[in-house]
Amino acid sequence: MSLRMAPLADRLDSSERPLVELDDIACGYDGRPVLERLALALYPGQFAGIVGPSGSGKTTVLRAILGLADLYHGAVRFPSTENARRPRIGYVPQLETIDWSFPVTVEQVVLMGLAAESGPFPWARRADRRRMQELLERLGIAECAKRHIRDLSGGQQQRAFLARALIRSPQLLLLDEPTSGADIKTRHEVLHLLHDLNREGIAVLLTTHDLNSVAAHLPWVICLNKRIVAQGTPDDVFTPEILGRTYGAEMIVVRQGDLILVSDRLAATRTEEFDGRAENVGA
Amino acid sequence: MGFLLEPFRYEFFTRGLVAATMVGGLCGLVGVYIVLRRMSYIGHGLSHAVFGGAVASYVMGVSFYVGAGIWGFAAALLINGLSRRRQIGADAAIGIITTASFAFGVALISQYRRFTRNFDAALFGNILGVTNQDLVVVAAVSLVTVVLIFLLYKQLLFTTFDPEVAPIYGVRSGLTETVFSLMLAGTIIASMQVMGVTLIAAAIVIPAIVARLLTDSFSTMLWLATLVGALCGLFGIYLSYFMDVSSGATIVLVASALFVVVYGAVSLRRRLSGRAARQEAAAGRARSIAGLFD
Repeated sequence: MSLRMAPLADRLDSSERPLVELDDIACGYDGRPVLERLALALYPGQFAGIVGPSGSGKTTVLRAILGLADLYHGAVRFPSTENARRPRIGYVPQLETIDWSFPVTVEQVVLMGLAAESGPFPWARRADRRRMQELLERLGIAECAKRHIRDLSGGQQQRAFLARALIRSPQLLLLDEPTSGADIKTRHEVLHLLHDLNREGIAVLLTTHDLNSVAAHLPWVICLNKRIVAQGTPDDVFTPEILGRTYGAEMIVVRQGDLILVSDRLAATRTEEFDGRAENVGA
Repeated sequence: MGFLLEPFRYEFFTRGLVAATMVGGLCGLVGVYIVLRRMSYIGHGLSHAVFGGAVASYVMGVSFYVGAGIWGFAAALLINGLSRRRQIGADAAIGIITTASFAFGVALISQYRRFTRNFDAALFGNILGVTNQDLVVVAAVSLVTVVLIFLLYKQLLFTTFDPEVAPIYGVRSGLTETVFSLMLAGTIIASMQVMGVTLIAAAIVIPAIVARLLTDSFSTMLWLATLVGALCGLFGIYLSYFMDVSSGATIVLVASALFVVVYGAVSLRRRLSGRAARQEAAAGRARSIAGLFD
């Protein structure tokens, strides 16, 4: 089965070269591969989400693109950029990895995005401050600028770190579980924001474990379990067969008009059936 | 009033006072990065590691600053590299390196018994023995550290906050980490004469913690910790003269007392503001209940 992604016919011209090309890569950490023979292409302006069970390598795909994972086979290429160098990437890590007790304010975090390119002085240049102010206003967190990062709501925290990524004017935005732990409203706002940014031409790749309220709303979904199981629109890949192979569990997909609802059978069925079903898991 | 100025009649006191103030400020400044990197124990370990280098350079007849400098920088690079990796057992590896280096120093001393007196100073600090050369070294290390922090402020902040993500944003983290190790080793070596190996860790950690209690802003924390460290050094030396107690120990005790006071005040303020908030909430509930009966 060919794993190379076909360009999206309605948005992408087939002659366009990928922004990121993972060419048959095996990669991981400390000599242990997490991903095995994975091929994936991401095109300029694309908006895609990676889904898969825990340990399937979702974060490792992002890390491979960033050059942070050890590569054992294959190559990571950037064919569409000048000199084929890594494009400007805005990376938003999982909020759980942030040290929330660290003494920084929102504006100090956002300005970190320019740490490598804003001159030798400790203070921010006027143009950088102006750009930061615009971004904070656009993301609706201008009133939090002077607040400590711990004193924000989950949605505001996500947006502060998004602002740090955006202040570099990235061509590609990578987000690791941007909606994990967020309530429904925040999830909605974050997705909306990402759609808007994508419409302005920024390619977006995110990971999520939330099939129903995140992945189902993305234009392109990549199903991952150490390798790519399938990819396509949610309509294409949200089938019991594909999701079953991705998650190694029996999955139920309910369709009603435009609405797709996914659940695993264990969660969806009554407990009396639990014992009988458990043996089938992974079959 | 005159008795307060009395110690200044002695040149060794004036030299000691200047050295302790500078060392206090330097340790406070560098301590901010150490505390925020959660490396507090490493300052302690590194000073012990340097002890091995100090003895070795003495035995080989090399200048203390050259021998301990090279030794300390190598140890700092090794320790910093190990501690920044998210690897199980890194803390154990660091414990082994530093203790082995310290043991090496102790073994050398027991072999060459005649140095024992000098190494009392290395272990517990000897402010009265501060020479003009020591003063120059402390001043030079302080100056270089301040200049490096000024030039690499943003990079150091980012790598301290999130070492994984900083290189993605174009920060040259290899360079930044090396410079940081150099600063750390320089601080420890310059402080040894005043604070002594066993007390340096406290001079590094306490001012930073006190500053952290008082502010949520990184830049404020930097200068506040420097100020707290310098003042503790100054008052510590002063007190040690009048009370005739070891200088390093007095500096650490002054800093510890300050920590207790600030910690108490901050906790009290939090409790009071918590009570005010609860009272406000209770009043709000009372108003809304009253509103039901209007």
